[in-house]
Amino acid sequence: MEAGRGETEAELNQTGTIVQFDNVGLRYGTGAETLSDLSFSLRQGGFYFLTGPSGAGKTSLLRLLYLAQRPSRGLIRLFGEDIVTMPRKRLPGFRRRIGVVFQDFRLVQHLSAFDNVALPLRVAGVEESDLQGPVSEMLAWVGLGHRASARPATLSGGEQQRVAIARAVIARPELLVADEPTGNVDPDMAKRLLHLFDSLNKLGTTIVVATHDLHLISSIAGYEMLRLDRGQLLDPTGALRHPPKRAEA
Amino acid sequence: MKGGVRKFGAADRRLLPEGRLAGPMPWVIAIMMFLTVLAAAAGLGLGGAAASLGADIGDRVTIQVLEPNPDRREAEAARALETLGRTPEVVSARRLGQEEMARLLEPWLGSGGVEADLPIPAMIDAQLIPGARADAVRPRLAAVAPSARVDDNGEWLAPLGRLISALKWLAIGLVLLMVGATAATVVLAARAALDTHRGTIEVLHLMGATDVQVARLFQRRIALDALFGAIIGFIGAALALFLVGQRISALGSDLIGSASLPVLTWAALALLPLLGVLLAMFVARATILRALGRML
Repeated sequence: MEAGRGETEAELNQTGTIVQFDNVGLRYGTGAETLSDLSFSLRQGGFYFLTGPSGAGKTSLLRLLYLAQRPSRGLIRLFGEDIVTMPRKRLPGFRRRIGVVFQDFRLVQHLSAFDNVALPLRVAGVEESDLQGPVSEMLAWVGLGHRASARPATLSGGEQQRVAIARAVIARPELLVADEPTGNVDPDMAKRLLHLFDSLNKLGTTIVVATHDLHLISSIAGYEMLRLDRGQLLDPTGALRHPPKRAEA
Repeated sequence: MKGGVRKFGAADRRLLPEGRLAGPMPWVIAIMMFLTVLAAAAGLGLGGAAASLGADIGDRVTIQVLEPNPDRREAEAARALETLGRTPEVVSARRLGQEEMARLLEPWLGSGGVEADLPIPAMIDAQLIPGARADAVRPRLAAVAPSARVDDNGEWLAPLGRLISALKWLAIGLVLLMVGATAATVVLAARAALDTHRGTIEVLHLMGATDVQVARLFQRRIALDALFGAIIGFIGAALALFLVGQRISALGSDLIGSASLPVLTWAALALLPLLGVLLAMFVARATILRALGRML
């Protein structure tokens, strides 16, 4: 954890809210709003699926969550702090607390699978001697222990996706954001990866997974659903805006 | 994990692909360095030549006693020498001996051409105090040696000095232009490198890499490319200067020979590649940080 986060951490612990959107809108250029009037909260330690038809704005919402984009309007609080007006020099510290599985993987093509997975740890300044074990273990866990030195171009789509997931979770993020994380893997591996997410969730990581796979959704107990349609959140009960306190396990 | 902003370690330098980072930049820098070293050498050499001319003959006057009658010429020369010895603006004065005169006139009259009956003027070489001109001695000499003609070396050297000074400033201007062109090359190369590796940079940013961390990666690689180019350019220029120096030595001209490069000048020139690399690093860092600042 970073220094200087005392008050916001206290606020976060008090409310149990890790993400809060208030009337958030997002517009690219001068076009129509891609996201409109989004207001919801995500509980710390929650497991959320984000669903909706293609073009509903799922990826745009995830981009707001992993700080690749600032909204055109509205308020976003992340880890208890307003990230809309936050100076850009403070963003890296927040990004290190978020793991991201990109829909297009975004693996660094000239790096091996090992180096891709090690990337978040190296960015965070972990010594080489301290990252060999965890990275090898993580690669073995996603079934790629034998392909550690392979470049992404030589990996299949499913293998690349597993490297991307290993990279997203290696630094034990507080918030994991995944865009269609099981789209290119077989059902068995999809279950295995989801089990990994579930294990992380049980350790306290808040998980947000955008997916079309209803079968995948049904395999997780205690999840919550965010439904997007044409840039708006379908939340007829208001439960997302005012989430109930999580029952103690 | 450590706190604060971290440097990427040796393993992380692989984050940018191996090999040339910015296409032809090292070769452009090699050409720039070649021309910069030549221009700087010209500037320093001409500066040295100008200083040497000023120190050696700029403050000297040559007095010719033109009296055709040998006896009266000798008498006027002796009075002129005595008067010069009493003149405060004169540091020293000496009369050129017969052998020295013969050697000076040999190119025109041939060996043994200085015959006794040839009316050769008596010549006196006088060193003035710095800044003093021939006018300080002319009236005094006119009174004691009416046939004496005073030639101020500074007067006939002045146009040459102005030419050398103009060439020196031209060389300085060229060096400054090369510095500007090198900086512009690095800016373009850094921007091109950023565009080429934009995908990697975005991933690094989204993982929490700071601008400084990313900039260091590019800065180091651009510095290595610049070092390669600077060394090649310097070696080429040094070889060219060495060959030109040999040709100048072969001329045997005192005037042109005074434009040679002493060891200290070579040491100053050897600093140019280092300064070039520092310039490239500074410009690359500033360019990259500025570009990254426009990203979220």
